[in-house]
Amino acid sequence: MLRFIARRGAMLVATLLVASFAIYGALYLAPGSPIAALTGGRTVPPEVMAQLEARYHLNEPFLTRYWIWLTSALHGDLGESIPLHEQVSTLIAQRIGVTISLVLLTSVIIIVVGVGLGIVGALGRGTVDTGVLFASTVSAALPAFAAAVLLQFVFGVMLGWFPVLGTGDGFVDGLRHLTLPALALAATSVALVTRVTRTAVREELGREHVQTAISRGLPWSGVVQRHVLRNAAIPITTVVGITIASLIALAAIVETAFGLNGLGAYLVQAAQNKDFAVVQGISLVLVFAFVITNVVIDIAYALLDPRVTLGSRAQ
Amino acid sequence: MSSLLEVRDLTVQLKMDAGPREVITGTSLDIGEGEAMGLVGESGSGKSMTAKAIARLLPDGATVTGSVTFDGTDVLALSGDALLKHRAQVAVVFQDPRAHINPVRRISDFMTESLRILDDVPKAEAVRKAAAALDEVGIDDPGKRLKQFPHELSGGMLQRVMIATALLSEPRLLLADECTTALDVTTQAEVMAILDDLRRDRGLSMLFITHDLELAGAVCDRTCVMYAGQIVETSAASRLHEDPLHPYSAALVQARPDISSTAERLVAIPGRPVSAFEAPSGCRFAPRCPHSLDSCRSTDQVLTDLDGGVVRCGRATDLRGNLLDGAHV
Repeated sequence: MLRFIARRGAMLVATLLVASFAIYGALYLAPGSPIAALTGGRTVPPEVMAQLEARYHLNEPFLTRYWIWLTSALHGDLGESIPLHEQVSTLIAQRIGVTISLVLLTSVIIIVVGVGLGIVGALGRGTVDTGVLFASTVSAALPAFAAAVLLQFVFGVMLGWFPVLGTGDGFVDGLRHLTLPALALAATSVALVTRVTRTAVREELGREHVQTAISRGLPWSGVVQRHVLRNAAIPITTVVGITIASLIALAAIVETAFGLNGLGAYLVQAAQNKDFAVVQGISLVLVFAFVITNVVIDIAYALLDPRVTLGSRAQ
Repeated sequence: MSSLLEVRDLTVQLKMDAGPREVITGTSLDIGEGEAMGLVGESGSGKSMTAKAIARLLPDGATVTGSVTFDGTDVLALSGDALLKHRAQVAVVFQDPRAHINPVRRISDFMTESLRILDDVPKAEAVRKAAAALDEVGIDDPGKRLKQFPHELSGGMLQRVMIATALLSEPRLLLADECTTALDVTTQAEVMAILDDLRRDRGLSMLFITHDLELAGAVCDRTCVMYAGQIVETSAASRLHEDPLHPYSAALVQARPDISSTAERLVAIPGRPVSAFEAPSGCRFAPRCPHSLDSCRSTDQVLTDLDGGVVRCGRATDLRGNLLDGAHV
């Protein structure tokens, strides 16, 4: 266990390093400059320009700029946003709550609805199963941005049940504001989780060891709970974990569509403004969350399946 | 000897994509209290399906006619709790213990599951019983084994766990479905000896399914031979491989390599085994039978009594005593 965590820790550092370099490089190569975003396209006197460039190290070679950023980041200083003149860490702290809440709520929806429907579809036959398959097909065909517009129109504008924009204040109001975005974000993933759950449960139902349990005269509910669902939980956990990890990046679209002041929406905005430090900071937070989620999946997997040992070379 | 199990004219059709497929045709057999009955035949002959019908484990959509009576109860009519109770009384030892034991649960959980859930035995007592049962099947250090997972045990050990578990629930009938086929030869002998001993100690009835006539002869009182979903012969198990009445039984005996002499070529039964739904009319074995006449193919054969056994062959009396000659020349 300790060796596993140590190795995962080293992998996390390596991943962050590679990701930060790739993102820094991509931004450097992209057209436009942060000064242009800062001045709004107006011409500025050359001496002011030179002063700005020196202040933000914009005239240094690429590798030097990356090195300067990296060393200060290692000291906990993620730099300063050029257009906003604020610490990146402060900017992230202001927005991370919204994104975390959104991803958490979406995860709950995916687990409850996706796994629930999958089990119902696998255990129920005929009409119930067909209904689940139909619903999951429709939901799978809805990309987050389309789901966002549809949900806003139906539940926000026509029915007026939920607010369409903004974050709201307090827990209950915040939850109301997050409901539609979370549903939009969950749509595609729910379908995937439903399908995988349904297949996993069906597969376990046909297993020999389930037949053994039936042959011993155990009641059906016990067989399903102790053998079918227990074993199906292994593939289901994997797919739920991967899905949740991918939500972290997908959240950007939904945050933008619902005007939520979250990390994803801000990442898009910062990239457009060539705000290097902010893009870099948010990206690292996202990569960090992604890697941590994956470690949690691996640990859960090993806990669920005794045949898997943590830290085996095969991983 | 009173009959514990009576199967009468059992016919089973399974629901397949291509329509209903018959797998057992008009099978009848009796197993007495404490009796061991062998059920022998090639793959697809309907042996396992017969066992499944007895334990009510047939797949969804199977159509069953005829009757199965266990200790005076009509098994085919059971439902709900009565069905669960019936299954608990009929223990099954399956062929492949590795597939038939849940890989993610500990041995103790597998062994004590039905005691705890069905009989409300407290956990500590159930575990103690399980340890004693493991000891009985010759597994050392039961305490350690109980804490392990199935993948940490060998196949032979797992099958012994399976047998110990089956006996824990104090069943009245044991269905052993090719329970040694997946094991290597030395382990096979050990497992077989344990199963045979424990069964005799407890006076337990058993239906022993195998494709090995000689093995059936060693552990069973009587043996049924099945071909294409029908029983073709029932005889005293000890007699069957010396004096088979049906040409198919004789062919099975001859197909077993004789270790006392070097054969030029191993004897195989010509043709391939068929299932009930693809069997020809008339005698189902006729196309593969070296003794068949035109009349065999045109008339359905019925089971007739012959010298203490029953056989489904019109020529049984003519052929008696000559069936094994070919191999011993």
